[in-house]
Amino acid sequence: MNVLGGPLVELRGVSHSYGGKGYALRDINIQVGRPEIVGLVGDNGAGKSSLIKIISGMTVPTSGQIYVKGRQMLQWSTHRSRDMGIETVYQDRALAEQQTIARNIFMGREIVGPFGNLRLKKQHEEAERLMRSIGFTSKAFAPDSIVGNLSGGEKQGVAIARALYFKAELIILDEPTNALSLTEVNKVLGFIRQIKEQGGSAILITHNIFHAHSVADRLVILDRGRITVDIPKAAITAEELVEEMHSVARTGKFALDRYRNPATTEGMVEQ
Amino acid sequence: MIQSSSHDPSIAGDLIADPRRIRASALLLVGRNRGFLSSLVFFLLMLAAFAIFSPGVFLHSAVYTAVFVSLPIFLMLTVGLVFVVVAGEIDLAFPSTVGMCAYVFSGAVSNGWSPFLGLLLAVMCGLVIGSINGILVTYVKLSSLVATLGMQFLLFGIINVLSNGNGITLDALASTRFYSLFVGTVGTFPAQMFWGIAFAGLALYLFTHNRFGSRVCCVGDNAEAAKAMGIDARWVKIQTFMFMGFASALAGVLAVLVDNSFYPTTGQGYLLTIIAAVFIGGTPTWGGVGTIAGAICGACTVGFIETGLIAVGLSGFWTNLFYGLVVILSLVLHRFNRTRGRNG
Repeated sequence: MNVLGGPLVELRGVSHSYGGKGYALRDINIQVGRPEIVGLVGDNGAGKSSLIKIISGMTVPTSGQIYVKGRQMLQWSTHRSRDMGIETVYQDRALAEQQTIARNIFMGREIVGPFGNLRLKKQHEEAERLMRSIGFTSKAFAPDSIVGNLSGGEKQGVAIARALYFKAELIILDEPTNALSLTEVNKVLGFIRQIKEQGGSAILITHNIFHAHSVADRLVILDRGRITVDIPKAAITAEELVEEMHSVARTGKFALDRYRNPATTEGMVEQ
Repeated sequence: MIQSSSHDPSIAGDLIADPRRIRASALLLVGRNRGFLSSLVFFLLMLAAFAIFSPGVFLHSAVYTAVFVSLPIFLMLTVGLVFVVVAGEIDLAFPSTVGMCAYVFSGAVSNGWSPFLGLLLAVMCGLVIGSINGILVTYVKLSSLVATLGMQFLLFGIINVLSNGNGITLDALASTRFYSLFVGTVGTFPAQMFWGIAFAGLALYLFTHNRFGSRVCCVGDNAEAAKAMGIDARWVKIQTFMFMGFASALAGVLAVLVDNSFYPTTGQGYLLTIIAAVFIGGTPTWGGVGTIAGAICGACTVGFIETGLIAVGLSGFWTNLFYGLVVILSLVLHRFNRTRGRNG
């Protein structure tokens, strides 16, 4: 973890309720270092998407503080979040499928000269370099390939490359491996590893523990709005993690006491 | 990729020697320009057919000069409309926009104002109408099909009310420098063709080499994605309507100059032919992609039909029948020439 300025992003005591009807998130404390990949795992309704919305600035939490690079964020919004280098990559919503890879990468942030004159050659070169660096090994794809002809995993590669190019320091990946074939999943996991290689951080949201376990440095389990496990990957196997998740979900108790997250387990039992 | 492969002689060798690669890149070049190529082929076939049936007419320059008199109007309106269609919208108000701008220009000139000032006012009128169309579609969230249809009726109504149904004749205009600059002749070549070509060139540049064209494509393709990437999708759409308004203003002024008169019906005849020209040109209906080069071919196709039919010796009654055939045949051609379309 970076010593300068503390963690990249930190939530302290964040709770959120939609219109005062129960808590979607309760007393969340989470840190993302740099470079670090955090696997955020949870069942449907665990509060994963609420948590993403808070980090990406779409939702301002009911209570709690957000720190980015050691500074408390008082005015939190999508704009602010983006300015601070946080970018969210959705599986299929962010690309213009009939356009080329290069045009997608530079969408909204084109390289231009005077009068909006596109510097097409420069865009092409940058896109080419970026694609190679993130691990597009297939020579079949060039910057002027049409995105609609790429596979689901490769499309996410384009979205990740785009985020990295624009200096995203924290990339939030929302269910990137959903509905992908095995080889496609491996491609996407490869792209995610490249994020860290390039000095970036990522939060990988998934309900597949094995996918999270294979790329993450740290695993966080969310259950009914609380963080129930927050543990370095090295300390736990994927199988143990599955057991933990089931145990917490069924009984509200931990199967293996050593994985307890002391900060957040208070009050879990009476639920 | 170029650098890395030059370190590897075997790959570099492959690149040069492998005829499949050459074929593949040739196919790619064709694939990228399918819309344009098939509309060009279609136009040339039609021209060849005219030449075969009426060689006496089509092997002489007179018929081309005759077509070139009005072709720039087709060119400007067609390439302008491509931007709106690629942005995922449609503008049905442009015929009345042409008329309104023509009316503004003629009104200014008949009041004794400089025709240059009249042109400026006409352009401003076109931009204002375009931005109203754009605002109705984006901020008021009306369907562009219905909103611009309403604007088409509204503007035509305003023209009729203001002009009392009367035309304006501008005889004195023909002796001005303005006239010879825009619709004079260079040798026997109509000067307006230069303006038409210049405008088509501007549109081609904007579409392929400018941020504007790039954003129009992105917005028409996936407006949500474009917004997420920080593009103001509404402003981009408004700009396309304004560009169409600009094209309509120039077309309106040219129409007045060509006829030396303004009629309340100026512009009204272009609605269906221009829309047909856009789709004959290979721009699909669903937005996100389009081709200006194809639209130029489409405009030429439409521009030649009427003159061509008369030259071949068919009566004017055949015109609509032939338009219909051309539209359907060219769409069928594009359909079969498309590898990957929205309909599979």
